[in-house]
Order: sequence, then structure tokens, then C-alpha cells
Amino acid sequence: MSGYTFRSIRIDLSTRTVEIVPTPEMLCEEYLGGRGFGVALLSDAITHSWNAPEMPLVFATGPLVGTAAPTSGRMSVVSRSPLTGTIFDCSVGGRFGTMLKRAGYDYLEIVGTADRLVALEIDGDAVTILSAGELRGRTVSEAAAGYDSSWSTAVIGPAGELRVRYASIMIDGHYSAGRGGLGAVMGAKNLKLIAIRGGGTVTVADPAMLATARDAIMRLLRTSQAVFGEFGLAEFGTAALVDLMHARRMEPTENFRKTLFPQAGAYSGYAMRVRFNPKKTGCAGCPVLCKKIGEGRAIIPEYETVSHFGALNANSDLDTIIEANRLCNDLGLDTISAASTIACYAELEGRTVPPAVILQILCEIAMREPGRGDALAEGSLRYAASQGHPEASMSVKGLELPAYDPRGAYGMALAYATSNRGGCHLRAYPVSHEILRRPVATDRFSFEGKARIVRIAEDMNAVVDSLTACKFVFFAVSLEEYAKALSAVTGRDHDAQSLFRVGERIWNAERALNRANGFTVMDDDLPQRFFREEGSSGARVSILPIDRKAFLAARANYYRIRGYAEELASHEETR
Amino acid sequence: MERVIRKYIGKIEAQGLACRNDLLFLARDADIYANRPAVGSEQELFGVLEGMNCSALLFARLAEPYRSILDEVVLRDDIVAESGCLFPRDAETRTFLHDIPVVDSFSAEAIRSALARRKTAIIRNHGIVTYGGVTPEQAFIFFSSACFTTFVKYFSDTLRGAQQGALSAGAIAGFCRIWQETERVCSVKGMPLLHAGIPADEDAVCAMMAEAGRAVVEAHLVDSCFGNISYGTDDTIFISQTGSSLDELDGCIDAVPLAGTSSVGITASSELTAHRRILEGTGLNAILHGHPRFSVIMSMDCERSGCDRERCYKACPESRSVAGIPIVSGEIGTGPTALLHTVPEALRHSPGVIVYGHGVFTAGRDDFREAFAALQRIERTCMDTYRTKLSALGVH
Ligand code: SF4
Ligand SMILES: [Zn+2]
Repeated sequence: MSGYTFRSIRIDLSTRTVEIVPTPEMLCEEYLGGRGFGVALLSDAITHSWNAPEMPLVFATGPLVGTAAPTSGRMSVVSRSPLTGTIFDCSVGGRFGTMLKRAGYDYLEIVGTADRLVALEIDGDAVTILSAGELRGRTVSEAAAGYDSSWSTAVIGPAGELRVRYASIMIDGHYSAGRGGLGAVMGAKNLKLIAIRGGGTVTVADPAMLATARDAIMRLLRTSQAVFGEFGLAEFGTAALVDLMHARRMEPTENFRKTLFPQAGAYSGYAMRVRFNPKKTGCAGCPVLCKKIGEGRAIIPEYETVSHFGALNANSDLDTIIEANRLCNDLGLDTISAASTIACYAELEGRTVPPAVILQILCEIAMREPGRGDALAEGSLRYAASQGHPEASMSVKGLELPAYDPRGAYGMALAYATSNRGGCHLRAYPVSHEILRRPVATDRFSFEGKARIVRIAEDMNAVVDSLTACKFVFFAVSLEEYAKALSAVTGRDHDAQSLFRVGERIWNAERALNRANGFTVMDDDLPQRFFREEGSSGARVSILPIDRKAFLAARANYYRIRGYAEELASHEETR
Repeated sequence: MERVIRKYIGKIEAQGLACRNDLLFLARDADIYANRPAVGSEQELFGVLEGMNCSALLFARLAEPYRSILDEVVLRDDIVAESGCLFPRDAETRTFLHDIPVVDSFSAEAIRSALARRKTAIIRNHGIVTYGGVTPEQAFIFFSSACFTTFVKYFSDTLRGAQQGALSAGAIAGFCRIWQETERVCSVKGMPLLHAGIPADEDAVCAMMAEAGRAVVEAHLVDSCFGNISYGTDDTIFISQTGSSLDELDGCIDAVPLAGTSSVGITASSELTAHRRILEGTGLNAILHGHPRFSVIMSMDCERSGCDRERCYKACPESRSVAGIPIVSGEIGTGPTALLHTVPEALRHSPGVIVYGHGVFTAGRDDFREAFAALQRIERTCMDTYRTKLSALGVH
């Protein structure tokens, strides 16, 4: 089989041992790579605490990484989340995955805890653990400054060192393994930085077939407004969604108390284009290049970030949003959880947090300053509970919800609940069909058929995250086309349905790991606000509270489809 | 589920592709819904659904002339015999379906393995089977595409066969039978009554577009899912959304500011830029795009030799036409060889243009009457031209 290097690295920081281990062929066949590898590698350790030395932190590539398959430059970072307690993977771009593969490895598994702050350098075959005491407290950009562009870096900021529960790992400075606090896991291992480079190539079984598969994928991408259209991701990045979510009246505003922010135009994709005249950039191996860097090196934030530092915090100051994003990246914080935790704080304080104070709080959180910073560093759920109001946390399984109000898209509502890493839009990504009408439009205000659709999409995205490809291209293509690319790379026969079976295996494995940590159907639920309060209806669109009965019925359907009905029966939750 | 399935069965019947009794539509959320009980070998379809991660499955024995067309295409195509696949040459189907496997037996295993690879398959001597990965609507769309592409392929192959003097007596006899049925279903109807004049406000624009969309479908010029439509006002282009059906445009029209000040157009038709450039380049406000069959067939009729046939649809160097109607090349959507680079220019000199292997764009000034009439005229001309050409080649 091609497409893999069949070598991986296992490092124990407690004993400072570096082992080169074979990547088992069975692992490749059954779990593909990326997220799938992570799940398999964590299965024996999952009941350990996230900060126990036994808990692995995995950086895994997929079979397409380093090949000519479009958007194949991604990888997954996997461990157990300090925020949710679930198994947790982040799909992340940049060049790290490509470098890992070119250095000759399929994955990097790190266990143990170093006795003092260390860094890891992987230069092809040479793997070195270095002491990094001088980097303590350094920001991401400062810590990575010593590495030129021949390297790719994965770095935590002060937030990760101080175990902020939603600390991120930053790849190449601005690609974020953002959600779930994997930066805190890295911090708990006393690992500040990983730098990697390699000059090898990845063998492809049938390059001509891969070229044909690539052509088919590119042709489909070019038919997609959402990807290559004049308002698509390639032009505006995900910030293109600001106007759309506004028009659909589903932009979470003031901690989800409203769903429309009249001043959202201040930070729309268009507003940022006019202001910053950005250029395209993106992950290795990507023809789309959805990331945008503006004049003065201003990073144009993702939609979720602009909307949460905007509408969710009732803030229309674009400069603050840009600076909040920069601060989060440099301090190593997840933007979604950070913004949402501040919005939760604002609600409980009964006031709006002024722009300058938003920035100040971010620093307090990252430094875990005693009092407010330390309290908010625990995430919105723990913070709100400590104030006696857990219901003010807009989260599922402790993970703060991104910028798609579930009252405006019922598939999204169900998918937030069933997500096995908590309140995440990307597990089933119903925004694709409910809002962007791809690959086909569905009625966003109906649960009909959604249980099945959510299940199918969850399985599909488990595959996408394991290949490791980018979800954005699946606005236009399907597993059918990627199966061809994978067959060409590996020389093994794959089709869409065989890949779906792998996706289902990964999903069920993740669910089983969560179950082992005590998760039940009770955790597959939404904040009660969405069932009780109306959003911002108007302009012939009603954003009503979600009908709880209909939601529970759809969730029960989902369990039946998944074969989890017994879990539900044992909790008698359908009332 | 039942409501959705009933809607698509209605469309299949209205398009004349199959009768409800000849089709089995299975859709599921937690439970499976079927439009009728399965009979005989159709039971196998439950086995197909069981083994697939999808929402819906559709199988149909086609109505005439599609049934005979499908049989003839499968029977007479050498490549099918060699590869077990049909390779559509029309651009849209090629882009989305890639190819269509032909399955020899009506068994769950054979059908499943074909559908694991492609969105639709032909079951030899039986019909067409497709699935919906996300919703039942996709099964309907792919089914409709498969009918369209076999139709186009059959008439294209027949014309080429006649030009090369390679049609067997059996093929000619088959053609004559099929042609009679085809004339019946494709006969171009009269001009419907459409809104006249500049619409008063935004609601009136949308209503006028919905009316025109319905009219092209009802006139059998275009199948519901193949086409898009727009109308420009001073500062806005109103355009059908991606994946919308021309006969169901209510609530599926995006208002996109021409100055580009809002990105709500991210959900617009994949041909948004082509429409905008037509509007800006010609001053014509009412733009219609669809895939009428004989226009597509005639656009691919080219006897020039020495070309790389794989490039015709995206980069034809010739200036071609059929009965005075310009034919241009160009791919769907964006990219250096996209139709947005060729169609707007051609429409400056002609009320309509055919895109190679794809469809027709027409445009008019204040309302959709001119664009509709041009679309109808082009399709009628192409159908007549097709028949005349074949007659001249001795196929009557
Ligand atoms: S589309 Fe964007 S996120 Fe996806 S691989 Fe390309 S640059 Fe990275
Ligand atoms: Zn078209």
C-alpha cells in the first residue's frame, strides 16, 4: 500500500525516550489516518485524566497528505479535552502535516510529562528533545521566532502553559488547533513547541489516476459559488458568511439572547476587504486558499471569530475584533470559547463588555490572573456554574457553541446535541445544506429527515478528517470523488460506501470512548434557552423557540438509526 | 417523507420520464417509506438500501421514448461493452455524474457495488437506479440527469453514425420508432402568457421570475432542476439560488447588490458571474438559462477532424453556429475556461447562445417574453435542423 510512510514516532517525555514505531497496516485500513488514528491510539488511555502522563497527544496525518490530492495538507491533533472530558480531535491546516509526512512519519504520539519546559525538534530522522525554559511565558510568535520558513511549528502560548481549558495549539503562527483545549494538554506535558521539517516525498500508487481524480474534484469545485464563486470562500474566506447569517437572522447575538445584530455590516467580508485589501493564503496543498491576510499583516479572522467577538458581545468595532483574534492566536486561546465565555460573563454581570475590556479580559484569561481571568479560564460552563447559573453557558458538553443559532437551522440543533466533541458545527456541518444549499437544499426549519442526514454527515466528516482533507471542498464534491483519489494514492480499491463504513467505525469508537467516561444521552442536549426563548424574528422570518418534543423525536430517530436506542431506553428521556 | 416523495414522483411523471407504477421510490429517516409495495425483483432494492449510507433510493422503468433510447444506447455503444460504463459527453452530466455504470443483473449486490462508486446506474433491460446521499431530491435530480444524458447521447451517436455511414438497419428502424415518440414529447408548445413590462418592485421581480421559470418547465423546454434565471435592476441582480428548481422559485431568489457590497450571493446559482456579466455587457435585464435537449445535441455536432475531443466543451478554437445561433465553449462556474468568459460576449450580438454540450442562454430587455421566445425558437430550430440533417443522410 502507498500513501503512508509506515513509520511513526512515539515519544515519552517522562523518560525522554524517542521510539520509531511501525504504523500498522491494519490501522491504516480500519482508521485511515488523522482523526481515525487518534481515536485508535487513545482507546486504551481514554479514562485517564486529560493531564495525566498516560494521556497521549497525537498529531496524525492522513494518506492524502503530501500528495497532489486537493486540500491534502491538513492533519488532526487528538487527545482528551480538558474542557469537555470527551475524546477530542482538531483538524488543522498549515504545513505541519505535510512536514510530518515529508520527514517520514505518519503520526507523532506524545505521552508522559517532561520535568521542565521542553521543545521538540524533528528534522527528518533526527528527533531531539530540548530544554525550553527560556520560552516560558512567551507568546506564540515569540516562541516560534527562532525557526525560519523551512520549518513548520506547533506552539502553545501562555494560555496552554497555564492550562486554560480552551487553550489552542497554533500551527505556523495562525492555523489553529483551536477547540477543546488541546493546548492545555500540551501544556500539561510541559511541551512548549514542536518544530518539524522534512524533505522526503510520498509515494503514490497511480499518479495518472490521481491526476484524473484531481481534475474531477477541481471541475466540481469550480461549479460551486460557496467555494470559488465571487462571494465564495476563495474570495472572502469564511467571513463571507457574516452577511448570509445576518440575512437568515441566525447570528448569535448577546450570548444567544438575540439572533440579529443590526451593526454586523461593520465587520462583514466586504467591510474587511475594503478596509484591509487582503491577499489569499492557505494550507499546504490547497487550491482554494480561504485564509486572508490584509495590509499590515492583519489576519482576517474566520466567520465564527468575527461574529462572536462582534454580535455575541454586542461589539461592532472591527479593530477590536481583529485585535481580539490576533491576541487569541498569540496567547494561544480558542477564539470561539473565549468570546463565548466573555459573552456569558457579560450576561451574568448584566452589562455589555466594552471593546477595550474584551481585549483586557483575554489577557487576564491567558495569564490566569487571579479573580476574573482565572474564573473565565475554566470555560463558560464551569464559570456559569460557579455563579449559580449554569444555564447561562451556551455550550453542549461544555464546548461553547459557534456562530450558528440552532433556532435558525434544526439540523444544526440536532447535530450540536449529538456531536461527540460537544457544541461544534463541523461534526455534521448542516450549515452546508440548511444554509449554503449544498449538495442539496433542505428546509432549515424542519426536523424531517434530519436524523438520517446528520448521521450520514457525521460518518462522512469522520472520513474527511481522517483522509485528511478539508471539509470546505465537500460543499462541492463527495466521498465518491475522494475515494478515487484515495484509491490512486494507496493502490487499494476504495469506494464511497467503503469509506462510509470507516467513518461509522470511527464515530462509534468515539462514542464508546465517551461512554467509558460516563457520557450518556443526557449529555446530548442543548441549552434550555433554545427551547424557551424566541430569537430575533422579522422581515418575514420567524426564529421561534425549538419545539422540544420535535427535537426529542428527531434525537430518538437518530439513536435508532445509529443503533443507540438502548442507551436512550435506559434513560427514559423521551417524555 | 411521503409528501416529498409524492412531489418528485409528480415531477417525474410531468416530465414524461416514467409512470408512478413503474417506479419505486424508497426514502428513510428512522423508518423506510416506499411509494408502493415492491414487486418481484424490486425486493432487491431493500437490500441495496440496507447496505448503503444514504437517505433514498429510486428505481424506474422508463416511459417511451426514454425506455427505447436507454435500451438502444446500452445495446449499441461499444464502450459499454468494453468497460461496463456509459461516458456522457454533455458537459453538465460529465461534471456531476462522471460516468454511468451498466449493471447486468437486478441483484442487490450488483446494484450496490455500482452505486458505491457512482450516483446512478443503468440496470440492463430494466431501467435506471439512483440514490440520494442527503435527501430524496438528489435521487430525483440524478435520475433526471441520467435520462437527459442518455437522450442526448443517443441522438448525438445516431447523427454521428449516420454521418459516418455506420448505422445498421436495426439502428435505423429503432431510430424511426423512437423519433415518433420523441416528436410527441418534445414538440414545442405555443408561447404562454407571461408578465409584460418592467416589474414595479422587488416582489414583482421575484413573481415574474417564478412565473418564467415555471413556464420553461411546463413547456418541456427544460427539466426543472437544469437551469437558472436572473433579472437585473439598477443596482441589484435577482438570481435563482444554487440547487433551486426553475418551477419552484418562490423563496429561492437571491438579491445580490451589483456593487458587491454584500456576500449574500454566496448561495446564488453557480452561473452568477455569467449572469452579471451579461447584464453589464448587454444591458439586457432578463436572462434565462436552461438545457433544452436538441440545442445541446446540435451544439456537439461537429465534423471537424483533428481536435482533441476532450477539450471541445471548454476550449473550442473555432467560431461555430447552428442555423445562425452561435455556439461557444465554456465550463460551468469559474476558472479560465468557464462559460462566463464566452457567453456574455456572444450575447452582445445574438439574442441567444448555445454552450457546447451544456445549454442555452437567452436574454431580453424588460421582462422574460423575449428570452422565453428565443429559448423556444432555438430549441425548435435545433430539433428541425437535426431532423433535416438526418433525412439528408438517408435516415427517414
Ligand atoms: S479551503 Fe481553507 S481551510 Fe480548507 S485546506 Fe484550503 S486554505 Fe485550508
Ligand atoms: Zn446549465
